[in-house]
Amino acid sequence: MSRQRMSPLARNEERLGYLFISPWILGLLIFTLFPLVATFLISFTDWDIYNPPKWVGLKNYFNLFTDKLFFQSLKVTLLYSLFSIPLTLAGGLILALLLNANIRFIHLFRTIFYIPSVITGVAVAMLWIWIFNAHYGLLNYFLSWFGIEGPKWLEDPKWILPTYVLISLWKVGGNAVLFLGGLQNIPQHLYEAARMDGANRWQIFWKITLPLLTPTLFFLLLMGIIDSFKIFTTAYMINDGGGGPDNAGLFYMLYLYQKAFVSLDMGYASAMAWIGGGISLILAIVVYRTQSKWVYYEADVGKKGSDQHGDTRA
Amino acid sequence: MGTPVRDMAAMVRQPARRTGGRKLSLMNLFLYLVLSALSIICLIPFFWMVSTSLKDRASTFQFPPQWIPDHFVWSNYVEALTVVPFDRYALNTFTIEFFVILGQFLSCTLVAYGFARFRFRGREVLFMIMLATQLIPEQVTMIPTFILFSKLGWVDTFLPLTVPAYFGNPFYIFLMRQYFQSIPFDLDEAAKIDGAGAFRILFQILVPLLKPALTIIFVFTFTEVYNDFMGPLIYLSDPDKYTLAIGLSNFVSSFQAEWNYLMAASTVVLFPLLVIYYFAQKHLVGGIANLGIKG
Repeated sequence: MSRQRMSPLARNEERLGYLFISPWILGLLIFTLFPLVATFLISFTDWDIYNPPKWVGLKNYFNLFTDKLFFQSLKVTLLYSLFSIPLTLAGGLILALLLNANIRFIHLFRTIFYIPSVITGVAVAMLWIWIFNAHYGLLNYFLSWFGIEGPKWLEDPKWILPTYVLISLWKVGGNAVLFLGGLQNIPQHLYEAARMDGANRWQIFWKITLPLLTPTLFFLLLMGIIDSFKIFTTAYMINDGGGGPDNAGLFYMLYLYQKAFVSLDMGYASAMAWIGGGISLILAIVVYRTQSKWVYYEADVGKKGSDQHGDTRA
Repeated sequence: MGTPVRDMAAMVRQPARRTGGRKLSLMNLFLYLVLSALSIICLIPFFWMVSTSLKDRASTFQFPPQWIPDHFVWSNYVEALTVVPFDRYALNTFTIEFFVILGQFLSCTLVAYGFARFRFRGREVLFMIMLATQLIPEQVTMIPTFILFSKLGWVDTFLPLTVPAYFGNPFYIFLMRQYFQSIPFDLDEAAKIDGAGAFRILFQILVPLLKPALTIIFVFTFTEVYNDFMGPLIYLSDPDKYTLAIGLSNFVSSFQAEWNYLMAASTVVLFPLLVIYYFAQKHLVGGIANLGIKG
């Protein structure tokens, strides 16, 4: 459609279209594009907001690479993801398989398991601190039934990360519900055909169910990586804004927050933001790039080689 | 924060599948046992929260603990809620909620309408860009946004927490557009022939049909704002402007190890979320059922 040949009516429609989407365009410019560029520029300065920024070149980046706490926060975040993401994915999948049954009260069960995904925030973080309390906490009481003397959880640097991973497991219901959506989108005739061919439950799971759930798996993996760099509320509450004993609970976002909003070191924090954002983006791209190797989309079931969803397979 | 939105959307579109009669086999019995055990694990923290909130100080630190306190100390709630001005925090939170939800309603409806009903050059590309921006990690944009708001003199006001809502949220716009596309174009055409303009068509004919989508946006926005901790932490310093989230976190420092008070306050703060979730369950089922959300 070239400009000259557009009818007045079409031109009017176009003008209205732009008018209606203009709030988002403005938002994109003000709250996404401008900050993206600005973060990059600020990362080369020394700036406390109040005094004029000083250009320092790559100094912030050099400092980052000698900052033990920076590497500590990176280690905490990545280690947490390494355990929490696979466990919550596997847990969610198993729970979804259980919840896919056609039994009475199944909706009630689904509702219950989803509660932890909605009810979050400061109050829940406090509740966890209480439950993981080394002396009077519910968990250690529970362990004492089995004659186990529970660890000191949040007071012990060795146990802080496992505690976070355990807490993340409480939310598997969120993943389960998404897997459940995927499960129920699997056409019944595939199962019937497989049964006709004499496949057992185990084979059906590995050859049909799991491959057809890979889009959900892919999506959750992607979001899991991005989200682990955003963990803040719980980390802040549990460690009272600090890093906990031996900084074992210093999540990336928490350290970034301290640098930006406690020390007002905007340049340093911006460099951190770029590196953190870059790492999660690179991980996300790796997952995205490899998806053609392990993710099945519905269209692939019927005909091979469709290039829907930007799939670049030949 | 985008994930729960999708989870819930996926959850509510599960129709109960009926395949013959339900038989109580050994397999099902096993299933009930496992699901019940898991449900107890899932809910026990909440039970523990309420139980602690009704204990006196001494029995909080009793070991082995009491599951249900001997006598209920209801005064914990009075104490916890009057020592700090929780009513003030609640008022602040709901004020922010109101303006954010209003903003999301307006901006997402308008933008989704533009994407769904008008042809313009670059529409598909812009839409793709919009979806892609969801993947940009928050921390990369956080610092300049803060600087921008502080240079505008907006720090310690509700503006940094509410104004961005008036520029739309990619996921909600996507959701709304799906809804627009499920409404037949004939409705617009008929109204256009009757001489209605684009705005009138939107507000008189289409918006009433969008109630299910607006309900979903309401619920998700409500929980998101309610749970937001970093935003108020960065922008609000005057205690009179604190939200419930910040108020509660400060409450911890004044009550250190008084777990009965802390749990009483937590229970009160979590209550509205439970109510919203309860109603969301009922209202969202029909509304989002026809929505296809794919990865």
